Amino acid sequence: MTYGPDTVSASQPLLQLRSLSHSYGSVQALHGIDLDIAGNEFFALLGPSGCGKSTLLRSIAGFETPAHGEILLDGEPLTALPAHRRPVNMMFQSYALFPHLSVEKNVAYGLEAEGRGKAEVRRRVGEALETIGLTKFAKRRPGQLSGGQRQRVALARAIVKRPRLLLLDEPLSALDRKVRAEMQLELKRLQHEAGMTFVVVTHDQEEAMSMADRVAVLNAGRLEQVDTPVALYAAPRTRFVADFIGTANLLDGTAAAGGILLDNGLVIAADHTLPAGTAATAVVRPEDVALAGAGTGTLSGTVVDTFFLGGTSTVSVQVPGLSAPFTCTVRAVQVPQRGSQVGLVIDAARTVAVEDDRAASRPGAAQETVSS
Amino acid sequence: MPALRSAASGAAWRRRLAGLPILGPGVLFLFVLAVLPVALVTVYAFFERGRFGGVEYNFTLDNFVRLADPLYLGVVLKSILIAGAATGIALLIGYPAALFISRLPKRWRTLALIAVLLPFWTNFLIRTYAWILLLNNAGWINQGLQALGITTEPVAMLYTEPAVVVGLVYMYLPLMILPLYASLSSQDAQLTEAATNLGSSPFRVFRTVTLPLSAPGALTGCIFVFVPAMGNFIIPELIGGGKTVLIGNLIRDQFLKARDWPFGAALALVMTAFLVLLLVLQQRASRAVSEGKTPRKADA
Repeated sequence: MTYGPDTVSASQPLLQLRSLSHSYGSVQALHGIDLDIAGNEFFALLGPSGCGKSTLLRSIAGFETPAHGEILLDGEPLTALPAHRRPVNMMFQSYALFPHLSVEKNVAYGLEAEGRGKAEVRRRVGEALETIGLTKFAKRRPGQLSGGQRQRVALARAIVKRPRLLLLDEPLSALDRKVRAEMQLELKRLQHEAGMTFVVVTHDQEEAMSMADRVAVLNAGRLEQVDTPVALYAAPRTRFVADFIGTANLLDGTAAAGGILLDNGLVIAADHTLPAGTAATAVVRPEDVALAGAGTGTLSGTVVDTFFLGGTSTVSVQVPGLSAPFTCTVRAVQVPQRGSQVGLVIDAARTVAVEDDRAASRPGAAQETVSS
Repeated sequence: MPALRSAASGAAWRRRLAGLPILGPGVLFLFVLAVLPVALVTVYAFFERGRFGGVEYNFTLDNFVRLADPLYLGVVLKSILIAGAATGIALLIGYPAALFISRLPKRWRTLALIAVLLPFWTNFLIRTYAWILLLNNAGWINQGLQALGITTEPVAMLYTEPAVVVGLVYMYLPLMILPLYASLSSQDAQLTEAATNLGSSPFRVFRTVTLPLSAPGALTGCIFVFVPAMGNFIIPELIGGGKTVLIGNLIRDQFLKARDWPFGAALALVMTAFLVLLLVLQQRASRAVSEGKTPRKADA
């Protein structure tokens, strides 16, 4: 690994966001965001629509002027520069290719804006088109390309200036499944080879988790957690993150010695440092639960549904006293009958306790209507 | 078999007739007011003039030969120059106006467009007379110039060719602004952002993205202004004082004064053909520019 939060912390981060806040009228889109992104990092901003991730990206690009806070690139304030002077390139969600220019003219656009010589422009455009495998289509107009090809052109246009920092706004959302998987790999490869820092905005957690070195989870304009994908999944720090990333059984109760005390009097064992009595939630991933005979295990209930997924099956168990069915993943051969009584053995070592912060909810959360 | 066939064609006919109540009025309207007059004009252009108007049905091409007369060629040339000048000025005024309106906040845009169209709600002649009040030697503009001490003598403005151009620009400016506005406001705002992000200054963004993408709208606006300006005969008459003879005046005079219907028809026909040619060229040009917008091969 050449990048990641541990190895880069020694040097100065490439991009620093310092208590960045922004609002649209009375709607606050960003609440004091502090974030460091290292050089050569593949970083994802993940969150539901309206969480402020696009506002954040547009603030870095210079299309939004944040009300408070600072954006530093290499330690230099970026906020003072107009959008067209920022050494940051962006790939737009709609690709925003110039319909009146050919593919090669689109790619050349940024170099020509810099006033590069004709020979250099031709050489670098040629290289960029080769990288994305569209050399044959150089003379075509964007309207004559497929969605995947257009996306590649947008990418080539954004990287041809070799920016230190490349912003990608929902880069894969307009592509169909198969092309998307290809492009995910290609983006990773490109980022690695070009040694650029990528900041991707996405609402698709799979996309973020599979591509990014680190992911920042945003909710209602606040950073919930910034971590590696593995850590986000295995050690969520807030209830929102636990709920948003992957599937989880969220058991709400109060913190007690050695675990979470549920309303029905049961205690779900988990290590935690929360003060006793605070509202808290036990996070149990479906694969950290094993089925056992009726009456044994931490919880017991009735199987209400099973979903065969190939190698594994998902089993929904209705546990008396819990509002939602409990989900667990089992090997396909062990699927119990619907309606049968089962016990659930929860792996206490992998159970995470987080504070239930919904009551202390953000004032902006309810009125958050800004779409990203 | 014959019975079957007639039943089938009968059903087809019924289906065709069912559309008639909807299509009928439009088709009738088009036939009576467009097809018939054009057909009449076309036919008249190839016959000799009648003594008191009308035509003598003797086939001739003389009417077209007369068009080569330097006298008439001069009128055509002057018409093209004056209509062209009006179009050019309307473009220079209309483009910034349309750009400005398209960048306004949404609720102000509607208001601005209504303001652009407002003059159309007043009678055409009244508005033309208003210009006479403004432009004449004792008019407001001359009064103003003299009050400011810019001139001591009134400047002759009314009944000059520039006055005709001013009148035409005023009359047809909305026809320039509207297609330009439609074109500019439908441009994807992300294109401007993309160009900015790639390092273009606001001026370069305008020159390389906004302007070329609005070219079809500008062309449409130019045709919308040029075509009626070529045929207008009221403004040259009232503001130009009848001293400036344009092709519109010439055609009208052939029919109403000279009573030479066939020559008037020939003039009208040639002008119509010329304008149709312009429209075709405009279509071609727009398609070439917006080719990227309409996906053809890739998505088909």
